[in-house]
Amino acid sequence: MTHLRIALWGVLPYLVLAVLIAGTAWRYRYDRFGFTTRSSQLHESRLLRVGGPLFHYALLMVVGGHVMGLLIPESLTERLRVGESVYHAMALSVGGLAGLAAVAGLAVLLYRRLRVSAVRAGTSRSDRLVYPLLIAVLLAGLTATATTVTNPYDYRLGVSVWFRSLFALDPDVDAMGHAPFAYQLHALLGMALFALWPFSRLVHAFTAPLGYAVRPYIVYRSRGHGLYRPAAASGSGGTNASGGPVGTGGPGGRRWRRTNRGAAQAHRAHHHVS
Amino acid sequence: MPRGTSSGNGTSPSHGRPPARRVMAQIAMVMNLDKCIGCHTCSVTCKQTWTNRGGTEYAWFNNVETRPGQGYPRGYEDQERWKGGWRLKGGRLVPRSGGRARRLARIFANPELPALGDYYEPWTYDYANLTAAPLGDDLPTAPPRSLVDGRPTAITWGPNWDDDLGGGPEHLAADPVLKNMNEKVRLEYEQAFMFYLPRICEHCLNPSCVAVCPSGALYKRIEDGIVLVDQDRCRGWRMCVTGCPYKKVYFNHRTGKAEKCTMCYPRIEAGEPTVCSETCVGRLRYLGVILYDPDQVGEAARVPDEKDLYEAQLGCFLDPFDPDVARAAEESGVPHDWITAARRSPVRALITDYRVALPLHPEYRTLPMVWYVPPLSPIVDSLTRGGHDGEDPASLFGAIDALRIPLDYLAQLFTAGDPGPVEAALCRLAAMRAHMRRVNLGDPTDPAIARGVGLGEDEIEAMYRLLALAKYEERYVIPTSYTGTLPPDTIDDGCSLDGDGGPGMYGAGAGAYGTGQGAYGGGDGTYSGDQGAYGGGRNGSGAGPVGIEAFHAPPVAGPGAPGFPDTPDASADGLRGRLNLLNWDGRGTPRGLFPRRPETER
Repeated sequence: MTHLRIALWGVLPYLVLAVLIAGTAWRYRYDRFGFTTRSSQLHESRLLRVGGPLFHYALLMVVGGHVMGLLIPESLTERLRVGESVYHAMALSVGGLAGLAAVAGLAVLLYRRLRVSAVRAGTSRSDRLVYPLLIAVLLAGLTATATTVTNPYDYRLGVSVWFRSLFALDPDVDAMGHAPFAYQLHALLGMALFALWPFSRLVHAFTAPLGYAVRPYIVYRSRGHGLYRPAAASGSGGTNASGGPVGTGGPGGRRWRRTNRGAAQAHRAHHHVS
Repeated sequence: MPRGTSSGNGTSPSHGRPPARRVMAQIAMVMNLDKCIGCHTCSVTCKQTWTNRGGTEYAWFNNVETRPGQGYPRGYEDQERWKGGWRLKGGRLVPRSGGRARRLARIFANPELPALGDYYEPWTYDYANLTAAPLGDDLPTAPPRSLVDGRPTAITWGPNWDDDLGGGPEHLAADPVLKNMNEKVRLEYEQAFMFYLPRICEHCLNPSCVAVCPSGALYKRIEDGIVLVDQDRCRGWRMCVTGCPYKKVYFNHRTGKAEKCTMCYPRIEAGEPTVCSETCVGRLRYLGVILYDPDQVGEAARVPDEKDLYEAQLGCFLDPFDPDVARAAEESGVPHDWITAARRSPVRALITDYRVALPLHPEYRTLPMVWYVPPLSPIVDSLTRGGHDGEDPASLFGAIDALRIPLDYLAQLFTAGDPGPVEAALCRLAAMRAHMRRVNLGDPTDPAIARGVGLGEDEIEAMYRLLALAKYEERYVIPTSYTGTLPPDTIDDGCSLDGDGGPGMYGAGAGAYGTGQGAYGGGDGTYSGDQGAYGGGRNGSGAGPVGIEAFHAPPVAGPGAPGFPDTPDASADGLRGRLNLLNWDGRGTPRGLFPRRPETER
């Protein structure tokens, strides 16, 4: 039993993390073309406009709740004079609602995927794995949340401690091993989801276009970067004459560069047109 | 758009030292609508070149629509519904579909995305039934099947369903341009006039598709102004489809990427016309360079009155014969042969010299760069039908003024409803007809005809040569993109393609991808994705049809390619001959995947 615990809660998380990171790096390097939402809105719009935002926004709230519950130690909230009962009531209500909304949104999306033949025809093999897994993770999580109504188990003293200990490279296997089954199942399914992440359409989550908020509207790019990309990619980066001849500033032209996307793209100049 | 406009000093005449002015070059197109016979050769050759793949069955980068008519996709000009282009919000330009915050908030479902039915559902026929049907009394048929889900389908709409006024008033009622005109005019128009409008991407100076792309995948090329989608950066958010008011960005539903007219950039880079131009039977397309002032663009796009947009855009264009402009262009890095090409540009001549070409829907504020010579033929035809001499200058000029119907309709298309510029353009065309008839018949010419439309006789004859004779080398004046300079890296490093991930690293098997990049170097990988996904036989393994989940062509040769690895960067002794796992496409077991076993075990 101890060996199983160590394997599940002490070894498996690191394996999953390795797969997630290496897999994403591999996919990004090898299949950047495949980084897409693979949207099916062209085929069906009415249901998607309900289900899509409902699911995604609820999921963002759920993620936020996990960050709070797992990363913020109970001692900190106590110091902020947020009592355990208050915290739990909030987590139960807000988290539960968000979870339910996510399940409802996913149900709409699933119904759509199964019933609209064009959407169904556009379903990939990995989708068939991802969808059931997503449902299972969500339901297990909701179950775990629901049990806190009757069960006095304080996950912030168990699951959260284990989760944080993973990052300290000193996994507290017992903290998770003693958690109720619903939590363990949720964690296991979650790890399965993360392991599948790089190899499915879920990668689109990593491409959230946050940069759009601060980008000038019009993007200019020089033809040159495509010509000499190989040399720039293998070199130390950024050695190429950036932006081409016309684009290097001038009156009214504001330069805008992406520096966080690696050397291969570093010399793409982005400009404001006016 | 809003900030950063230099205080308009680009326009002020230069005293002594000219102000430092940026000059950019754009490959633009003009189409002479009088000569379009609606044969759709441009559409078909374009489709064969660019969109004959799964996922783009419904997409026509070039289409020819009958006017009046609904267009493609149906009613695309109704921006109240589709929210394409820009609008003025307190003097600032904002995409009509909303600013950054609204776009990001609606990223999970785009509320203004046309559905496949707004284009048409592509179909094929079950031809196998013709031979495989069991013996019976009836002749077997080939029933239609949807190309999207393979099911039986009823064909209710297709490409050019309303071609040549097909469907009549029932379909015409949905023309958004006609909706802006009054009822009497509409009915008269439907009986009287028809012309064809070929459309490609406008490669706008102020492209709203680029502005709404959250990923920054769409971009305007600095060198030639061509608007492209970086297939490796597109994430399929579909905002560009909405953002383009001409609905000329399409969503490939198999790859999940946006695709659009590329102005056939590989051909343009080699100095050749686009496929649609090359194959145009009516020889109505013109391609050439236009120099413009990029710092004027923002200001021009936000003039308050829509009817001023045509003149405002003209104000962005620069005269390549002006020595100041030529010097500023050289200083801005525009190659010398591009400046000389701009002087010989037929597009510039038709737009700024003769002023017979007009932009399509300038009211979208994108400053489009595919312009149109409005058709005079409907008016000539109408005169001839009425028993008049359609070529007689007096009656022709009178008719242009009297026949308000086509004029108003054309003004709705080309000048945001201002009939003035359309009338002027038509009068120039009429003057050209009248003048050249006298020349052809040996009659004495009347200088008043040319003077009446503000041109000289030599100009009229030059315009006639360009529009009527339309010689190949005068229609297409396209400089190549070879600049004659070497990138700094290549001087020391030998072949620039030898780098990590470059075509030089490819084995023979991945030839299609490799040569694609090599031949058209400037391709940015814009379409390499498609080649990877649909090129067939990637890795040289010749696998059958490629599924939806098909991966990109590998950055280095995969296991199918002969002469694999020994990559130079794996020179450390222990790793010699080993495969970099990041370069493994997940198929098969190429040499070097596993450590070599000791000799004794073999």
